[in-house]
Amino acid sequence: MAKVTIDGVEMEVPDGTTILNAARSVGGDIVPPAMCYYSKLEGSGGKCRTCLVKVSQGSTNDPRPMPKLVPSCRTTVMDGMVVENITSPEVLEARKGVVEFLLINHPLDCPVCDQAGECDLQNLGYKHGAAATRYEEERRTYKKIDIGDKIKLHMDRCILCYRCTYVADQIADGDRCHGIINRGDHAEISTYIEKAIDSDFSGNMIDVCPVGALTDKTARFGSRVWFTKPMDAHRDCENPKCSGKVVVWEKGEDILRVTGRKDAYHEVEEFICNTCRFEKKKVSDWVIEGPRHINNKSVISANHYEHLKDIKEDIVKYQKQIATNINKA
Amino acid sequence: MGRKLLLEHVNVPGIETLEVYKKMGGYTAAEKAIKTMQPDDITEEVKKSGLRGRGGAGFPAGMKWSFIDKKSEKPRYLVCNADESEPGTFKDRYLMEKIPHALVEGMLVSSYALGAKTAYIYIRGEYFYVLRILEKAIAEAYAAGLLGKNIFGTDYSLDLHVQIGGGAYICGEETALLESLEGKRGNPRMKPPFPAISGLYASPTVVNNVETIAAVPHIINISGDEYAKIGVGRSTGTKLISASGHINKPGTYEIELGLTVEEFIYSDEYCGGIKDGRKIKAMIAGGSSVPILPAHLITKTANGEDRLMTYESLSDGGFVSGTMLGSGGLVIMDETACIVRHTWTLARFYHHESCGQCSPCREGTGWMEKVLHRIEHGHGTMKDIDLLVDIAKKIEGNTICPLGDASAWPIASAIRHFREEFEYHILNPEKVKDPKHFAHEPFVGSNVQNA
Repeated sequence: MAKVTIDGVEMEVPDGTTILNAARSVGGDIVPPAMCYYSKLEGSGGKCRTCLVKVSQGSTNDPRPMPKLVPSCRTTVMDGMVVENITSPEVLEARKGVVEFLLINHPLDCPVCDQAGECDLQNLGYKHGAAATRYEEERRTYKKIDIGDKIKLHMDRCILCYRCTYVADQIADGDRCHGIINRGDHAEISTYIEKAIDSDFSGNMIDVCPVGALTDKTARFGSRVWFTKPMDAHRDCENPKCSGKVVVWEKGEDILRVTGRKDAYHEVEEFICNTCRFEKKKVSDWVIEGPRHINNKSVISANHYEHLKDIKEDIVKYQKQIATNINKA
Repeated sequence: MGRKLLLEHVNVPGIETLEVYKKMGGYTAAEKAIKTMQPDDITEEVKKSGLRGRGGAGFPAGMKWSFIDKKSEKPRYLVCNADESEPGTFKDRYLMEKIPHALVEGMLVSSYALGAKTAYIYIRGEYFYVLRILEKAIAEAYAAGLLGKNIFGTDYSLDLHVQIGGGAYICGEETALLESLEGKRGNPRMKPPFPAISGLYASPTVVNNVETIAAVPHIINISGDEYAKIGVGRSTGTKLISASGHINKPGTYEIELGLTVEEFIYSDEYCGGIKDGRKIKAMIAGGSSVPILPAHLITKTANGEDRLMTYESLSDGGFVSGTMLGSGGLVIMDETACIVRHTWTLARFYHHESCGQCSPCREGTGWMEKVLHRIEHGHGTMKDIDLLVDIAKKIEGNTICPLGDASAWPIASAIRHFREEFEYHILNPEKVKDPKHFAHEPFVGSNVQNA
């Protein structure tokens, strides 16, 4: 076990834990944001640099500070380590820079983007970004390519976190046809041969995508996410690798979208198969368990639908009050 | 006349062949090392010599060797970094082209010291003809029993392979090089783990520059203590310098570390002074990534001491008034050179070569290039200068590999020392329309006047 202090909060975590996961074990404001790290995908992390933190004391044995800011998702804790996250102006400045870098070539088409409302980049931008851009040049665009009939790739929005390539590699049965081509700022997600993604678990790329670069074609432009009701649901899935535990996003009597169940850090609890995600869109396909509590901080985390009953009672109460007032008058 | 080790026999006809190389005393160090010395003794000797990595970072080579994981049961590898891609650097090419056996012998001694049974030379794609020269030398060495099984009749065996890269700058970064060598996309790895623990094929690996490896046989020949006597302080031995730019005699020179910069630039033995008798304006001391120095800081440090060709003296004053020895790619610019254009050219290079893995470098290099393009072509505003400084500051130190730093340092230093030239471009958009705007009418900033 190792004792770590992050932003003055002391914690004890097993050896080999990363700083990010140590912070997550406590939760709250001391958790650095992460755009590319995904605990369920091996090898992910270290790329986006939003989780940079300052290590002001390396360990009890070697108390020297680390010379540079380190990515908390890939740096393991040492006993006696002291980490500064939001208490360090240097970290906040660097993070602001990273957010700016991520946004200079992002189209900012949130008004027409399906991810808006549950987008990690949007949330990051609100929390750490600047109010205006200093970028005057034309934003980068890509030639549109078709990667299959279920998943829509919108490369202009991509922040190149590499998460989907790890999904293709590790979750979708070694679906190696999906990867990165080119380098530098003209690198892009691609399938080499159009429409080549063909795996039962490829849909999980949509869930891991932190932005709106990969979206569900069966649910495109169906509704803004905050107008749909997230409900926990399950079914007996024929696929042995799929748990069948999902969140269905309802609007009225229709299921517009099916996703995995995401935790406070926007990571799915279990990966689900494409049949569950794309084909089971009737309420009768699912056993509805009840409203889904959205933990990650975003527009939809107000959890209105969880408290529908309370809201209904409130409305009825106020209506009655108004009616009595009118009657009195 | 400085002492020559690496290039002592460079002008002997036929030195590229094994026969002549052996006649000049070649492979005696390898024989001595493998027959009479223990691997650890060689590492100890290299440590004593104070030899520092010649690829750019200047990390002590013996120390790097001693970090290798000896407890691991996996095979150990030695990889030679011959992906010499730093703009302004061409010393390794010269050495490999002229005396290929120097590298082969160095690989043999170093591999023995590290206990590596397989070694690789990773050479950049553009050096295709050098690859042929190396392959020929390796074939000669195999035929003579200097490589392969039971070298010099001992039970030590070594296989040496040359692998050609695709020509990406990033593959000169040691972990990206290893990825590329494994046949993957050349993206730098996250460190730790360092290659000494988990490098090539997840096995303990040492990656060294060509010049570092080629220096090892000389250390064995003359002993580490003797080697340490050459040079000044912690900068020991000889170093190859690739000199280019506005000088009378561009080329690769071997110097004893500790030579004054003034002597190197102006003496007839080396660069032979500035071309056409013009005034010197700027110097890049160690390849394009290191901070640029203005005229008044080239031969003297900020304290007024003579600047020497050593790791310490060149970095005297930090980045405020110093630079780095780096890979030894020395570029001289005279008063007709345009620093803004030069900086833009470098920014274009780093933009093109960024691997695109981490966001500050991927987005920042492109952004800086666009802003510099604007300034150079007369469309800039005064705000742009501070913007550049800020972008460079936000890239520096926040990336996975040193490419981010390498792209930020030249820009930050150019603005630090040549701000008035940037301002000139913004205030005189008409005058900078001609791409060679300073060629006919040299721009002499206060830096040149004061020098």
